[in-house]
Amino acid sequence: MSDHALETPYGDPLSAPFWDAARRHELALQRCLHCGAHQHYPRPFCLTCNSLHLEWVTSPGTGVIYSKTTVHVRVLPDLEPPYDVVLIELDEGPRLLGHVEPAGRIGDRVIVAFRERPGEPPLPVFRPLADTSPPG
Amino acid sequence: MLDLGRTPVYITGVAETALGEVLDQTELSMFALAAREALAEAGLTTHDVDGILVNYMGEEGSVQVGEYLNIQPRYADSSDLGGAAFEAFVHHALLAVAAQRCEVALIGFASRQRTRRLRAVGEGSADTYSLTAQFQTPYGLPMPIGHYAMIAARHMHQYGTTAEQLAEIAVAARAWAARNPRAWSRDPLTVADVLGSRLICDPLHKLDCCLVTDGGGVLVVTNEARARDAAKPPVRVIGAGESHTHWHLAQMPDLTVSAGAVSGREAFGMAGILPSDVDVLEPYDSFTFTVLLALEDLGFCAKGEGGAFVEKGRLAPGGGLPAMTSGGGLSYNHPGALGVLLLIEAVRQLRGEAGDRQVPEAQVGVAHGVGGMLSTAATVVLARE
Repeated sequence: MSDHALETPYGDPLSAPFWDAARRHELALQRCLHCGAHQHYPRPFCLTCNSLHLEWVTSPGTGVIYSKTTVHVRVLPDLEPPYDVVLIELDEGPRLLGHVEPAGRIGDRVIVAFRERPGEPPLPVFRPLADTSPPG
Repeated sequence: MLDLGRTPVYITGVAETALGEVLDQTELSMFALAAREALAEAGLTTHDVDGILVNYMGEEGSVQVGEYLNIQPRYADSSDLGGAAFEAFVHHALLAVAAQRCEVALIGFASRQRTRRLRAVGEGSADTYSLTAQFQTPYGLPMPIGHYAMIAARHMHQYGTTAEQLAEIAVAARAWAARNPRAWSRDPLTVADVLGSRLICDPLHKLDCCLVTDGGGVLVVTNEARARDAAKPPVRVIGAGESHTHWHLAQMPDLTVSAGAVSGREAFGMAGILPSDVDVLEPYDSFTFTVLLALEDLGFCAKGEGGAFVEKGRLAPGGGLPAMTSGGGLSYNHPGALGVLLLIEAVRQLRGEAGDRQVPEAQVGVAHGVGGMLSTAATVVLARE
């Protein structure tokens, strides 16, 4: 292993693989080798079946907008209101907070994208999927 | 085994701190004066107190309050369950008093959040070690309103709940506030006023949000022997429960079900009552939607039917379920943590001393606290002796 923590003081020891993947524009999730459940954010064992045997897998990053709000007040210095914040439910199950560009509605299908940030790893965001049918 | 029939527990004293804008006191002095007043109702003084349960009174809050009042307790609790902490403290005090681990418990809180301008919508620190800073803060979801808005939006999508129905809750609270001389906002309010106020986080408008005031309050919880000293009619604690669901919004198991589903089941189960037995309800109204979700999770209506339930003034004076009878956090006062004021109002209603807003012959009252990002809930069932 590299001395990751010394090179990039972002995140924590458990989330390092997530942010390493983000730097490659990949969405990484923990998957349990025993029961197959996915989980996010990372934990030291599987919350579904209690197994310690977890692996990191690359998610296709597809899911649906589970909920959404339009924010009309300033929260961050570099984020000009109004803007939408969404909660995405990935096809694997876990939910992630995000932005969707261009805007979507609850129930719309989306796919992950990555927004570059100065001095920090790329941030997972989402964009609408043209094909709105569920996978499979 | 808890046997509240053999070892009944009572709230025998309640007092608000100074409310609104408080310029001439500190949080500790506000707490001290309210404690003195609540203890006087209970026929007691600080010398009788052997339990302290506080939230938001600084680091190791019960320790700071204990020192300020020169109380060295044998039961202490500074658990942070947000605004629901006080209903949870009644739960804890109920168990502690019934188990004879303390006799006289003080529960309370005071804040000068308004005059000291302590509110901010940002969250977390710049330290990206924290889970919040990594996975939530960068998306600019204002705290707490953005979280409540996102939960409300999902409910509206799933069940067809409307902004008009949410506004009905603010209108009901204001109608009660008009009858409460201590309420901050008493002017008439309509659904159109709420919908016409500024959108902060869709679907929540400014008038869907609680006030930001100074204030707080103190309660005295004690046993049957001590309750005999009380100057006011003791109100019995017959049920209590608590729970929490999540810290980060993305981890909330189901956006349409709050921790109130568990806290309510526990409290109503202990009390052996049904929602239909409740004469007066004091739900945490940090936002209009907080009330709607509580009505469903406590079982006053089925899941998804909260919107229809609150229509036609159901919660307002003269409605089928008197709720937010002080005017609530929406129109009376909201010092950042409302739970203690909900309990005080429920006690006053059950004593029959609520003046123009008195619910006739109220026998059973429920205070339901909600805290964090709709994360925590605690429910207390009170009964007139």
